[in-house]
Amino acid sequence: MADTRIKSEISGNVWKILKAPGEAVAEEEPVMILESMKMEIPVMAPRDGVVASITVAEGDTVAEDQVVATLKG
Amino acid sequence: MFHKVLVANRGAVAARVVRALRLLGVRSVAVYSEADATASYVAEADEAYAIGPAPARDSYLNQDRLLEVARQCGADALHPGYGFLSENANFARRVQAAGLVFIGPSPRWIEAMGEKTAARALMAQHGMPMAAGSGLLGTDPAEVTAAAARIGYPVLVKPAAGGGGIGMLAAADETALLAAVERSRAISSRSFSDAQVYLEKLVERPRHVEFQMLGDRHGQVRHLFERDCSVQRRHQKVIEEAPAPGLPRPRAAAMAAEATGILAQLGYDNIGTVEMLLGADGQFSFLEMNTRLQVEHAVTEMVTGIDLVASMIRVAAGEALDAVLPAEIAVNGHAIEARVYAEDPVRFLPSPGPLHRFRPPAESATLRVETGYREGMTVTPHYDPLLAKVIAHAPTRGAAIAALAQALDSFEVQGIRTNLAFIQRMLASDAFRAGDVHTGLATETKN
Repeated sequence: MADTRIKSEISGNVWKILKAPGEAVAEEEPVMILESMKMEIPVMAPRDGVVASITVAEGDTVAEDQVVATLKG
Repeated sequence: MFHKVLVANRGAVAARVVRALRLLGVRSVAVYSEADATASYVAEADEAYAIGPAPARDSYLNQDRLLEVARQCGADALHPGYGFLSENANFARRVQAAGLVFIGPSPRWIEAMGEKTAARALMAQHGMPMAAGSGLLGTDPAEVTAAAARIGYPVLVKPAAGGGGIGMLAAADETALLAAVERSRAISSRSFSDAQVYLEKLVERPRHVEFQMLGDRHGQVRHLFERDCSVQRRHQKVIEEAPAPGLPRPRAAAMAAEATGILAQLGYDNIGTVEMLLGADGQFSFLEMNTRLQVEHAVTEMVTGIDLVASMIRVAAGEALDAVLPAEIAVNGHAIEARVYAEDPVRFLPSPGPLHRFRPPAESATLRVETGYREGMTVTPHYDPLLAKVIAHAPTRGAAIAALAQALDSFEVQGIRTNLAFIQRMLASDAFRAGDVHTGLATETKN
């Protein structure tokens, strides 16, 4: 099974990364928090799983629909 | 009066302050980040200085750079606008130490109202109506339920060290209360490293009603009546109006007079807003005081005919309130403001991006549009999502709603998503049209 890609819903900046590759996450658990227009927007895991990769760094700019992390398949 | 004023802000409020300064015959100095170099307010000011890269901490929050520009341009006063450094007492003191006038209340008032629990205590001591509450709760369940019984259900459990609504839980009876206290303590100790909680009377379906105040440096304070700002999402206002619909005028005037008396006792000395919750039972309770110009000041200006921005500048320059305001201030007709945000109209998520098309409605004597943007600019994720404020004034509330809806209908924005569709749904809703507003209405209406 292919890895699950987690995408950003918004354009903004990566404020805090909460999970590292290899860490387990539960469905609806925040993987990172983005910041845009003075709002903090969490990026949630779409299902239970293990983080395969984090594809952005704190302070990075992200675009809407950009992949920011993946979960192991 | 001042000779030259530095406007330490951006966007719609910078444009608004520049306009007031021009009216007063004072030179205006704008500042801009790299993202705002082509913004309209920069061109409208008499002088403009670049202050750094787009992120606010490198530009509009960069105190050293702002003070350097103030010295460089020879300004004798600084207007902070709203947001950014407008409620930063330390910055206000630094402005004063640099020999400039900070256009706003004295730093001690910014400080006194900035710490919310201390502000509540100070206001309560001077007789401001407050929601009933407990002190910090002990661990004995009998003590907890006794405190709630004294206040009366429903109650709200609040973390003492909290903020942003985190760990706030409502409870309608004893069983729910004990569970809520336990849960709130757990959340609070995880979020704020402090497990202390207290109780407050829960105000159900509250309205947000706020009173516009203006004081001078000679001990006088007056009010300019109220605004209703109940339509909010994520605790941010979306639609504001004056006067508050359905609030009997004697009740509004009495509460305004009470707040004025308290601020006069305190010696409050410039612009400020007393924010209150109005319960379904008609009782007001103090929320907080903002020691600055509000985003929604324009609705008050339209119904009273008073230029609040020019007034706050004049009292900061030392003029007496008697010289600045007319002897009688009356409410004339009804004004409604909509905040057009760069955000998704359903989920309220930010939507920065390029303004391929940006055509606000045309202004007239009864329709005001305030914006810091123009077509071709990019809305960056670095600042708040406010694109424009559109304010309609009419003889009645119904006519003001109709005029605002019509104006927003002609507002063309392409390239980003906006909340225009949400505002239109709100203006067309039966509850809003009936004036049956409360702070949960936006969430109920968003779909």
